[in-house]
Amino acid sequence: MSDTHAESVAYVRDTMLPESPPPAAETGVTKWMKKNLFATIPNSVLTLAAILVIYFLLAATLPWILNGIWNATSIRECREILDGATGGCFAVLSDRWNQLLFGFKYPSTEYWRPALAFLLLFVAAAPVMFFKYLPRQMLLFTGVYPFLAFWLIWGGSIVPPLLLLLGFVAAYVAFKALEKRGFGVAVLGGLGVLVVAIILAGSIGKIEVLRLEQVQSRDMGGFLLNMILGTVCVSLSIPIGIALALGRQSDMPIIKWICVVFIEFIRGVPLITLLFVANVVLAYFLPPGTTFDLIVRVIIMITAFASAYIAEVIRGGLAALPRGQYEAADSLGLDYAQAMRLIILPQALKISIPGIVNVAVGLFKDTTLVSVISMFDLVGMIRGPILASTDWNGVYWELFGFAALLFFVVCYGVSQYSQWLERELNTDHR
Amino acid sequence: MTIMTDPQQESFRPSMLLNDTRYRSYTFQFIALMVLIGIIAYLGYNLVLNLRAAGLNISYEFLGEPAGYDINQTLVEYTSRSSHLTAAIVGILNTLLVAFLACATATIFGVIAGVLRLSNNWLIRKLMSGYVEAFRNVPVLIWIIIIFTIMTAVLPAPSAFRGDDPDASMILGSVAFTNRGVYVPMPIWGEGSMVVVVTFILSVIGVFAYRRYAKKLLYATGRLLPTGWPSLAILFVPSILMFFVMGQPISLDFPELGGFNFRGGLQIGAPLIALWFALSIYTGAFIAENVRAGILAVSKGQTEAAASLGLRPRRIMNLVILPQALRVIIPPLISQYLNITKNSSLAIAVGYADITATLGGITLNQTGRAIECVLLLMLFYLLISLGISAVMNVYNNAVRLKER
Repeated sequence: MSDTHAESVAYVRDTMLPESPPPAAETGVTKWMKKNLFATIPNSVLTLAAILVIYFLLAATLPWILNGIWNATSIRECREILDGATGGCFAVLSDRWNQLLFGFKYPSTEYWRPALAFLLLFVAAAPVMFFKYLPRQMLLFTGVYPFLAFWLIWGGSIVPPLLLLLGFVAAYVAFKALEKRGFGVAVLGGLGVLVVAIILAGSIGKIEVLRLEQVQSRDMGGFLLNMILGTVCVSLSIPIGIALALGRQSDMPIIKWICVVFIEFIRGVPLITLLFVANVVLAYFLPPGTTFDLIVRVIIMITAFASAYIAEVIRGGLAALPRGQYEAADSLGLDYAQAMRLIILPQALKISIPGIVNVAVGLFKDTTLVSVISMFDLVGMIRGPILASTDWNGVYWELFGFAALLFFVVCYGVSQYSQWLERELNTDHR
Repeated sequence: MTIMTDPQQESFRPSMLLNDTRYRSYTFQFIALMVLIGIIAYLGYNLVLNLRAAGLNISYEFLGEPAGYDINQTLVEYTSRSSHLTAAIVGILNTLLVAFLACATATIFGVIAGVLRLSNNWLIRKLMSGYVEAFRNVPVLIWIIIIFTIMTAVLPAPSAFRGDDPDASMILGSVAFTNRGVYVPMPIWGEGSMVVVVTFILSVIGVFAYRRYAKKLLYATGRLLPTGWPSLAILFVPSILMFFVMGQPISLDFPELGGFNFRGGLQIGAPLIALWFALSIYTGAFIAENVRAGILAVSKGQTEAAASLGLRPRRIMNLVILPQALRVIIPPLISQYLNITKNSSLAIAVGYADITATLGGITLNQTGRAIECVLLLMLFYLLISLGISAVMNVYNNAVRLKER
């Protein structure tokens, strides 16, 4: 059949035509803009409005930032240099840089110490934060870091923190040795060794070795104070929060109710009232004559505050675990401590990570509240000594913008880390 | 052949208190209770010693004494001769006022930002996530102070409004932003204004009744009544009619420049505005995230299923998506309201006379009754949060998934 018509077909194409490019409106930037910016008429209106908003924001801030003065000794000098032009007076930041970071009473020759402690914080935190990618041996430094940081920031002889560190090491050794005989015994043994070590440290801690100039707690200030309060309170409140959450889940009614009352009470009142307690009330409940650092009192109250919130987050994690996990642990014959340590808590804590980080970020932001009880943290420094000085009275935007930026960098960084960690720990097979 | 018998009842030995799981929990609880009692007794003992040493005692008599300080923004009658108790009540009302205002505006900001974050528009999406991140990651105290600074240091003084060619002018001739606060027209409730107000309240109830009836009719017969414009009509027409029937009993008192300051109108102090705006814009960022999460929590299949049933987009939103999203949104929303109430205690940083500033600030400093004041302060906040949690529990039970 094909033969008969073969001569009637003049031409048969045996190769494909080259693809012609898509229409211009359907490619690249044009298509993207059409799809994402000008899909419908209301959408286009929104886009134009957004562009307008962004324009106004930039028009208001950009000249101010770009035209900023970084070298001046007072706001009057700034204004003279600017001579009526728009521009920020960022000289206040360079002039009072150390005050903003360390407070106005920290001895100026010793600024390298908190700065070093701050840098080492990253080294200490890294093996915990990126535990999959860094050698476990680095955790040793994390263990040493609190004592090192204490010695660097507060100064004094290295002997007391060193002895305390040795005490913790001894307690850990005792715990490991006794662990075979049960978790409770091991904890008690470890605590016993620790107490003995602390008493020993107190009695022979007067030896002066590697002495740094001592800095009193009340001399801490600026962003340093925020960092101290933030890191100390968060790290202390996580173990306390775990204990409270477990207590709240407990079958023992008395323990459960103690935890419930504590958590609900703390969560029911604003942090400021707790800071008032630290400031004016706590002294009434201590033995007469004891003088307690305000910073320690504040740390106690903020830690109590944070641990109640963390307890609720972890309780959520515990409740999210299927009942079968508890039953499986029981059926393996694990006792309570083993079941919690090996089965329940690793899973519950993993679920709770985003919540814990949220609490941590919130807590770090809340450390600015100490400025209300006249401690000179970053906000306290700005509102107090710096804005009150005749040189810089009236430089609001630069200072508060700087404070906001500093907090933004830290908090945004931490929340990005938590999102990364969530993806990292995600073992779902989806 | 084995015979099951009950294990022989063992006699009680003291070591069983630690080794037998049946008794161990009692031991632990007993120890915990003893420790708790010990701590409380120790603290109480110290308290008694300290109070005796300072020559003080716990008493609330100071609440009846004259406060002796002025409060510039009060909702109830208050003079410096009023008692500390009245000052505390003024503080409580001020706290509730700013909390209520901030809750309302934060919800509006949050819902708008949360919905816009899911917009198809790339620029809007980025802009909104910029807003959310900027406000979530900076302490609210800094925002409060920044806005307070704008209010007091940047806005013009009342004198700038004076003269033929003033540096500043009132918006629409009725609202003036000055560094002494914002002046807005104040409604004057004349004779018969109550009738108008009652009419309005009745029309609000009427709107709900009408919508309920329309829904019932839809479910029963399938007939669809329009709800949009009739609701609007029911809401406004009777009130407006009544307003004219009663001879326009409600009038506005406009602020006017007199001397060095504005006269008339309603003055809203800078601290209130700063606190209100900062709290709402800060919490709005959090609410936006809740709203976004709530909408995303409703799976796409629900929308598609509703569409395949032939529902129109508007009804899909109202009947399928929103009821499910609200169940996710409302509990965190209520805890954000609680946060607003607690964060309103930051009023003390800008000098707004809320309960923390009156009872926990000036009264405490004047009387030196630290323990009593802080205790009352905590009690107030505790009552509020317990009340809000109770409401939340009721709601959670009402909307819980009814599982069979």
